[in-house]
Order: sequence, then C-alpha cells, then structure tokens
Amino acid sequence: MTKTWVTPGGVHPPENKHQSLTQPIGHLPIPAKLVIPLSQHIGAPASPCVEIGQQVLKGQVIAEATGVVSIPMHAPSSGTISAIEHRPIAHPSGMLAPCIEITTDGADTWIEHQGISDYEHIAPRKLIEMVGNAGISGMGGAGFPAAVKLNPGRQRPIHTLIINATECEPYITADDSAIRERAGEIIEGIKILSAILDHPHNILIGIEDNKPEAIAALAPHVEGTGISVVDFPTKYPSGGEKQLIYILTGKELPSGKLPADLGMVCINIGTTYAIKRAVINGEPLISRVTTVTGDAVATPRNYDTLIGTPVSHLLEHNQFNEQAGGRVVMGGPMMGFTLPSADVPIVKTTNCILAPSYAEIPDDEPAQPCIRCGMCAEACPVSLLPQQLFWYAQAQDHDRLEAHNLFDCIECGACSYVCPSNIPLVQYYRAAKGEIRHARDEKVKSDHARERFEFHQARIEEAEREKEAKRAARREAAQQAKASPMAANDSTAGSSAADIIAAAQARAAAKQVSPQEQRAKLERTIAATEQRLQVAEEKLAEAVASQSDKQAVFSAAVENTKQKLEQSKSKLAELAE
Amino acid sequence: MAFKQVTSPHAHSAQNTAKVMQLVLLATLPGLIALTWQFGWGSFINLLLASVTAVCCEAAIVKMRGRSVSFYLGDYSAVVTAVLLGLALPPLAPWWVVVVGTVFSIVVAKQLYGGLGYNPFNPAMVGYVVLLISFPIQMTTWVAPLALLPAGAVHPGLIESLQIVFAGYSPADGITGATPLDVFKHSSGLLVDQVYDREPLFNQAMFAGAGWEWVNLGFLLGGMILLSQRIFTWHGPVGMLGALALMSIIFWDSGSSSSPGSPLMHLFSGASMMGAFFILTDPVSSAVSNRGRLIFGALIGVLVYVIRAWGNYPDAVAFAVLLANFAAPFIDNYTLPRTYGHTDRRRATEKQED
Repeated sequence: MTKTWVTPGGVHPPENKHQSLTQPIGHLPIPAKLVIPLSQHIGAPASPCVEIGQQVLKGQVIAEATGVVSIPMHAPSSGTISAIEHRPIAHPSGMLAPCIEITTDGADTWIEHQGISDYEHIAPRKLIEMVGNAGISGMGGAGFPAAVKLNPGRQRPIHTLIINATECEPYITADDSAIRERAGEIIEGIKILSAILDHPHNILIGIEDNKPEAIAALAPHVEGTGISVVDFPTKYPSGGEKQLIYILTGKELPSGKLPADLGMVCINIGTTYAIKRAVINGEPLISRVTTVTGDAVATPRNYDTLIGTPVSHLLEHNQFNEQAGGRVVMGGPMMGFTLPSADVPIVKTTNCILAPSYAEIPDDEPAQPCIRCGMCAEACPVSLLPQQLFWYAQAQDHDRLEAHNLFDCIECGACSYVCPSNIPLVQYYRAAKGEIRHARDEKVKSDHARERFEFHQARIEEAEREKEAKRAARREAAQQAKASPMAANDSTAGSSAADIIAAAQARAAAKQVSPQEQRAKLERTIAATEQRLQVAEEKLAEAVASQSDKQAVFSAAVENTKQKLEQSKSKLAELAE
Repeated sequence: MAFKQVTSPHAHSAQNTAKVMQLVLLATLPGLIALTWQFGWGSFINLLLASVTAVCCEAAIVKMRGRSVSFYLGDYSAVVTAVLLGLALPPLAPWWVVVVGTVFSIVVAKQLYGGLGYNPFNPAMVGYVVLLISFPIQMTTWVAPLALLPAGAVHPGLIESLQIVFAGYSPADGITGATPLDVFKHSSGLLVDQVYDREPLFNQAMFAGAGWEWVNLGFLLGGMILLSQRIFTWHGPVGMLGALALMSIIFWDSGSSSSPGSPLMHLFSGASMMGAFFILTDPVSSAVSNRGRLIFGALIGVLVYVIRAWGNYPDAVAFAVLLANFAAPFIDNYTLPRTYGHTDRRRATEKQED
C-alpha cells in the first residue's frame, strides 16, 4: 500500500454512481447537427478555417489555434458547414459565443489520418505538437490545453506525473467506465506522457477506493511499467488538483503556483486516453465519454459522445422527463452549472449531464441567518473560514476578504453543502471575487489616470517655473541696471537699515519718471489743451451767432478745457520749483 | 425547453438549523432529569414558563419587524435560549423572575441586536446576569438537594411547586439550602478536609457536592451527545474545563483554609458542565475558528475560577461568558487557520499592500 495523506475537511455526499454503471459505454446515432464552440478551453478561441457550404470530413480541422495557449477544433463527423455564428454555449451565464455548425451527412467518413507506434523514438517536441494538433485540452474540468501543460520548460524538470482518476463528484462515472473498458489504451497514453516528460521518477494514478472494478482493470496493465495505482478513501473534493497533489505526495501547492513549479504535472485520466488516440491512432479529440444520469432520465449510462452533440439529443435518447425535475446540470451536483436550455452542445470538458428529479435534488429552501456554527469551516478542504468570508462578502469588505484568503477558495461547494441554514455560500464568494477583480481593474485604470494627471500637472508646473525664472532674471537684470549707481554710492553704508532704505529708494526711483520727461510731457499737454480751447471757443462763437441750442454744451466744454489748462500749468509751475 | 437556473452546489446535506436546535434541546434532557430528581419540579416549571415567554416575545418582535413569524419561530433558537435560561435559574424562583429574565434575553439581548446570528452576547446569560444583579435574593435561593432534605421531608410536588412559583406560597422549612460554591465562599478558617467532614453537602456526596455532581454529570452526558453528533467541536469545552482544572490545581494549596476548593469540585459544581457544553458553545457569540474557540473557552475557564475564588459571586459562568463574548471578535482577528498553500497564518486585520 502506498502511503497517502489526508486533507482537512471534505464531505461525503451520497455517491449515486451505481445508476449509470449498469451498462457499458454506449453510442448514440449521429445527430443531424453538431455545434462546435470555438472556445472550449482556457486560452484564446480557435479561428475558423472553413466556409459555409464547405464539405468537411470527420477529423478535418475546422478551426485553427490562435496562439500558444489555444487549441484547434476538428469536425466530429462528416457533413457540410451550415453556419458560423454566435450560439448559446454551455456556460454558467448562458452566454452566446462563436460556434461552427455542421449538418452531418450520416456517412461519418474519416479524413485520411495516421498515427505512430514507436513514440519512444520520437522527439518529445514532436509528440507535444501532435497532442496540440489533436486539439486536446484537459478533460477533467478547466480545459487547459494539454500541450502547454506538457511543456513546462527546461528549468522545471518533472519528477512526478499524477494521473487524476479520482472522479470525486457524485453521479459522474465517465472516468470510471472508461478505465473499466479502456485500461490498456489509458496506460498506453500514460506511457506516451512519460516519454514526453522525459520519464518522471514517480507516475501515480490517484483513484478513490469506491472504484474497485476500475482499480482491478488497471492492475494487469501497470504491472512492470513503474506506474503505481494509488487508492485512497473516498471523500469530496479529493479530485481537486491541489487536494490530489497533497493526498498523493504530502506536498502543498503554494498559493498562486503551478504544479510544474513543484516538478509535477497533473493530467486527467480521460485526457490520457485522448493522447493515446492522437499519437498512436492519429485521431484528434472529437468525442468523449459523458455520463447521462439522474432520475429524470429513464436509462442513466455513459455514452461515447461526439463533441458538439446538442444536450437535447442525449436527453431525448434517454427518455428525459421534463416534468420530473426542474434543472439540467452540466457536470456534477457539487460544481456543475445549470443549463439555460437543452440546445447547448457537449464540449471537451463535459463529463456529465445530470437531470435530477425533484425528489433527488429539491428546490433550495430559503436561507436562514448564519449562526456561525462552523460546520462550513469543518468541511472546507483548504482551511478557510467560510462563515467569516460570508460575513465580509455581505459587507463588501475587500481587505478582510483577502486577509481571509478568499482567492484560495476552490469553489468546491462543501461549505454550502453542509450549511444548516441553506446559505448559498459559494455564490457569495464568486460574486465577491468578481467584485474584487473588478475593483483591482478599476484601481489599475484609476492609477493610470492619476499618473497621467500628475504627469500633466508636473509638466505645467515645470513650464510655469521656467517662465517665472525667466521673469525673475529679467527683473533682476533691470533692477541691477537701475540700482547699480546708487548701490555703488551706498556700498559703504553697510547697516541693514540703510540697505532697506536704499532698496526702497531704488524701488521709488525705478517708479519715478525723470523731471525732464515730466516737464516735456506737461508742455505737450498744455499745447494740446490750448489748441482744443481755441477750437471750442470758435465753436461757441459760431453757436452764439446762429442762436443754436448747443450753446450751453459748447460753453461747458470751453470751461472744462480752461480748467484742465489751468491744472497743467500749475503742475508745470510746481515742477519748475 | 427552458430550465431552472440555480448555482452550485445542487446537492445539500439533510442538516438544518432547526434540527441542530432540536438536538441541543434533546441533549439538555439528562441535565434536566438530574435537576428534577435532585431539586424537584422547579427547573421543569422554569423551563416551560421561559419557553412560553420566549416564543411569545420572539413572535411579537418578529411581527413588529415585518418578518414571517412561522419562518423565524421554526428555527427553535428562541426555545433553546429559554430552556438554557430556565435550567440556569434557581428552581422554584417566582414566576416574574423567569419572565423578566426571558423577556430581557429575547427582546433586548437577541432581537434588538438583529435577531438570530447577530447577537454579540449570549442571550440566556444576559438575561441571567440582569436577574442576578437586579434580584440577588431570589437568584441565590437554591433548593436543597435530595440528600440534604430533613428526615421525612420531600421536595414539593408539581401542584405545590406551581403554587410556590405563581402564588408566592412559602416552601416548607429546610427545603432551601446553600450550594457547594456558597459553602466554600463562606468557609474561611476551615481546612478543605474539615469542610468536607462537617458540611452535609459534601459528606453526603460522592466526589463534588450532593446533587450538583449529578446535575453536572447530566450536562456532561448531554454535551458528549452533541460532540458525537458534531454539533460543535471539542475546542471550546476542553478549553474551558482544561483552564478551570488547571487554575484549581495551581491554587489548590493542598487543601489549606484559604484553598478555593478542589479541582473536582470546581469541575462538577455550579454551572461548570452546563457552561462548558451548552453556554459557551453558542456559536453566534463565541470565537469562530477552532483555535479561537480553544482560547475563548480557556479565557472563560480562567475567568470562572478567578471570580469564584476571589470575586464576590459564588458562581461566575454567566459573567465569564459575557466577558469572553466581548473578547471574541478580537480573538478572531488573530486566530485564522493556515490556509492550504500558505506557509503562515494570517491576521484578519491585514491590509493589502497597494
């Protein structure tokens, strides 16, 4: 028995796995239309390389990867491209996204394809390229492009390869049934992975002890390969990447780090099968095992489902009873999300379609107040305090939320599962995370704006300072020019009082116009005023002669001018003294 | 086809708040039985009277707040508060003592702070302390345990008890008596051994005080039931009882005349076990994390001993719990658990570096 470690918390919801395991993996008739979303993975969406009306063969590339973290899409069956447009996709928000629709011809004709059998002698780089070209993304949950994961770089040598066969969510049996029926091919896929990663020291298949048939099926194939099948007690959520790493190695993935930073790579067991098919058979990822289960369907079982198959196609072939239940979940009952309608297609990460009856999963009861009983904290697999997070999420206290490690929450739902007050805790955390991310974005934006504004202010101030400096320099020069004779005279005075007086006199002198200039100006004024008086007197005489009514106006003007003349003359006299 | 949109998780455990509260009520039964056996019908009457008062008060306030009465009464939290207060009050206390205490617990200590989940203090203990300060005579008159009744005397029957409680009839002579903690409070000058020899409360007892040891064993049993059902974790009770035991060992003073009593007596007298398993485990007003609850419990244990040994009151659980309630948010700030992937525990008051 290999040693395993025990994670804190966790819950034991009813497993409900037996219902879908009574029959082997089935096949459905090819649906009339397949809808392939261009983004079924983490990273950039694929870009279509086909046109409407074009004939495509099964396995033909219909959309190309658009970057390093991106994958191509392939036609899951032969037919005609009938639409390239936005369609509802499987997403919690029920949003529309670009999709390619294929109207199938039923012939299911393969494109010419070829695999390789001696992968041991192929360069890992070439193998990674094959995995990437086959459009393989992680099939367990997030859908991270597999080729990126398999290329951690030289500075991060991989010593441990972990194959995740935990399948800890209730109801889901896609991996379980695939292992039972395809153990040989899965182990072949793991060997390819081992070759790509330069033969890691440890290759561990982590599996919960509620799958004895699957464990037994793997046993003969791993013999002599160095691959160990490690089983451990069933507990939700043991299948989270962080949890599984701890269970199998006793090491914690530091917050914000990737497994590769610890020298580990963690791959879902369904992905290893896809990798085998891609490398050995040359087949791209165009189908996957999906569990259809829940009491609202008549025949729960697993299907090898073409990517792009509408959920309605699966439900119809299983006599879905719409009246029996109110919701259809993509994924499991703990982390799956409800579908807005059955029109959305199966994608590369769809491991389960759960159609529960009301008796199985009743409608939520209204939430009662949190009494901080702490059952959530006991259930939390990452040792958070969900009751405190709930409190601070309601208060929108972002500092406290971050201090309580909100972003380490894996949203497994164990806290909501045990909450005796029926509080949808995870929903509060998702909302709070969104708010904080939004606030961070806003902060970055406002920081930019503030920096821009401050720079602008600084530039204006700089310009202002330069102008002021120039003005000061000019003033200084003018002052020196004027004050220099006086300054020379007074240079012997020395005392500060004398300095102040001298400065004041200098200022006064600067303001004063020289007496000569003043006299000249007054003389000019007198001459001009005398002229104006002459004109005014002439006009007055005319007015008197013609008996004009303007007589009074002109006489006032004459008086005015006479007064001004008197003033100027007296000033001139003063100046003369 | 349009389906219902619900967020995950879709599965829920069958546990709910009402069931938790019902289980707490059920777990008080051993304590109640021991009280009734050893001290007569008084506690039973207290409990019923307090429950009726609490439900009426809760309904009235919830209605005034414009909320659904059936929804809020359905959580049984008012009954739990009432039952705990009723069990803490002296048997055969006048009816108005019980009613005043319950009204204060529910209306002021609980609903005026926002109702279930928002009260910073333990409502039952607020009611108890208000009564203890307001009506010290009624609150310190305890019925004598079964073993100490005068020869041939019995506790008053149910009818007679009701008359005492509601009509103010005087109980028969010799029915009332001191508690073990009272005895120790007023026994200065005697060695512990001498107290044990002379006082019938002790020489009639097995190990900690006649009657009281049974009551405490009853609450211990109830607490074990709740612990086994994972209604709370061991941290709070162990913190309190551990600190209380440690304090009474340190100050045991080998049973000298100034010794405040043996560890066994402190653990199995007064409200020790009830406090440890039913009062400080109130999650709303206690600290949050396991480590926080351990510290919270230990603080109560120390305070209980300090007040019992050197304070003016013979018992101290109510005061200690209320003082610790004050400290709970502070304890919470410094007792966050270490999260997966982090090397250190964090403080709740940490600010993000900008």
